[in-house]
Amino acid sequence: MITAALTILFHGLAFAMVLYIVSVGLGITMGLMNFANLAHGAFAAAGGYVVVMATRSLGLPFWVALPAAFVTVALAGAVVERLVVRTLYGADELRQVLFSIALLFMAIAGFTLAFGPLQQQPEIPAALSGQVTLGGIDFPAYRAFVIVAGVAILAALWLLIGRTRMGMRIRAAVDNRNMAEAVGVDTRLLFTLTFALGTGIAGLGGGIGADVLSITPTYGQEYLVLFLIVVAVGGLGSIFGPFLAALCIGVVDVAGKYLIPEFGAFFIYGVVIAILLAKPAGFFGVRS
Amino acid sequence: MKSLSVSYQGAAAASTWRGLAMGRGGSDLVIAVLLGLGALATLLFGEAYWLLAAQVAITMIFALSVDLLVGFAGIVTLGHAVFFGLGAYAVGIASVELGWTEPLSALLLAGAVSALLGAATGVLVLRTRGLGQLMLTMAFASLVYEIANRAKPLTGGADGLQGMIVSPVAGLFEFDIFGLTAFLYTLAVLIVVVVFAVLMTRSPYGRSLVGIRENRVRMQAIGTGVQRRLLSIYIVSAALAGIAGALLAQTSQFVGLNVLHFSLSGEILIIVALGGAGRLWGALLGAVVFTLFKDRLSALDPAYWYFWLGLLLAVIVLFAPKGLIGLVDRLLALLHRKEAA
Repeated sequence: MITAALTILFHGLAFAMVLYIVSVGLGITMGLMNFANLAHGAFAAAGGYVVVMATRSLGLPFWVALPAAFVTVALAGAVVERLVVRTLYGADELRQVLFSIALLFMAIAGFTLAFGPLQQQPEIPAALSGQVTLGGIDFPAYRAFVIVAGVAILAALWLLIGRTRMGMRIRAAVDNRNMAEAVGVDTRLLFTLTFALGTGIAGLGGGIGADVLSITPTYGQEYLVLFLIVVAVGGLGSIFGPFLAALCIGVVDVAGKYLIPEFGAFFIYGVVIAILLAKPAGFFGVRS
Repeated sequence: MKSLSVSYQGAAAASTWRGLAMGRGGSDLVIAVLLGLGALATLLFGEAYWLLAAQVAITMIFALSVDLLVGFAGIVTLGHAVFFGLGAYAVGIASVELGWTEPLSALLLAGAVSALLGAATGVLVLRTRGLGQLMLTMAFASLVYEIANRAKPLTGGADGLQGMIVSPVAGLFEFDIFGLTAFLYTLAVLIVVVVFAVLMTRSPYGRSLVGIRENRVRMQAIGTGVQRRLLSIYIVSAALAGIAGALLAQTSQFVGLNVLHFSLSGEILIIVALGGAGRLWGALLGAVVFTLFKDRLSALDPAYWYFWLGLLLAVIVLFAPKGLIGLVDRLLALLHRKEAA
């Protein structure tokens, strides 16, 4: 009984951390720029492919491949932001949604042509492929690493957003963009950097989470609902909100599927509808 | 005096005609005539395309339902397939389980069932706006998809609903393998829906929806029951989407889970934007172009289809935000300017 509960909790936590790492950047960019980016998952998939290519084709160690995924995807994000996304700030939601769907579709086609339609797995270092024993129960070491990584990224973001000058500017711009501009914050540069940061973390999440959410060309479409749910429930522009939301959703989903498999994904959607109706702006939302 | 009034009337008629030709009405007229000719040509010479034409007509009805919601009332949705799919399953299950095979009454049943779900979810969806609204529509659609997937005894789950029987339309016209009945039947329903939608959008009620989209606070201030109107258009749109889904089930005599899938909700939104949101004839044009385009390209390779669809959509969003009908508008204005010069 306790073993089952711990197993559910452990796998739920690992799932939650992947959801968090991929989604948190989306919430920050949506909160900051009001840009509904449905292509966010495609950036995560790109990070996954970078890790796969680096570890499988180039033979680079996993610990080099992860930062490489962050940097590559962040650069790609910055380019996309400068070229196109920038022109859509302030446009109506429908155009933003449609443009990001267009981006998502092109990414799916590109991934299929480049890597084929099948699932890809990165090479995992030997240190992470075994089991760890906690309280007399064996857990996969890789999932323990995922949980640690999720908490580490939360801490890093908290330091970055809460303790640095750039973070201060981001917080100011989320709260009141006009006022931030008026006191001399270069929001153009800030938006590019934030978009790059958000997509970069997603890329990292795609790479780290390849074991939980498998890397296929349609990744960005399949898990889109989950990512958006985490952001909507957590609240836009927050880094703790999505963490809490991901925890709820991850644990509830794993528990639901483990205990009552015939009901599948009912629990997630039920919980989401309930939370959104009670708090339309999410747990920590600045605005809905 | 008499001749004066006649010439005055003549001038008035000519100026309305010119006004029509260069303004928005002109584009509507041009598209209506082209679509009518296309339907006629398909009927007379396009035997091989009757089934595809029925699919186009169904997509047109679905696109109209979404345009009324998104383009006119300004409600965003990423889950409208839920109503389309529910309509399809309603006629499918009614036929298999209850032996309700009469097509016209089944169509009304589908519309009513979808309208009921629209009323139930609309109350909740319309409490939120923007991103919250997108989320809730997606969450409801995902929930219903999951229910249909799990309720195997009723829906057939991932295998689809088999063994559906549809009686001849009006007791006379049997559904044939060439799709002639399917084509004419869907066309007839389409015409009724188009007339209904045109009349509705021109009515004071339709204009008030546009007013709510443009400035909700002001509409509230002049005494419009904003929430009531939004809910009513949500229900109407759900019913029309349900009828479109029912037509698909009846003409293909099969219902698969894909009628509820997220990608269908995305596609229909793309169709409306492609044609031009907020313009009924734009949505109709978008449905034709998209369905034909998809039919050609997805035959090659789904990956290519996704690429071209993405590219087309990006170009439309960035360079022609008013959609194809916006391009027709500009073309007509250009022609008119040349004529005047």
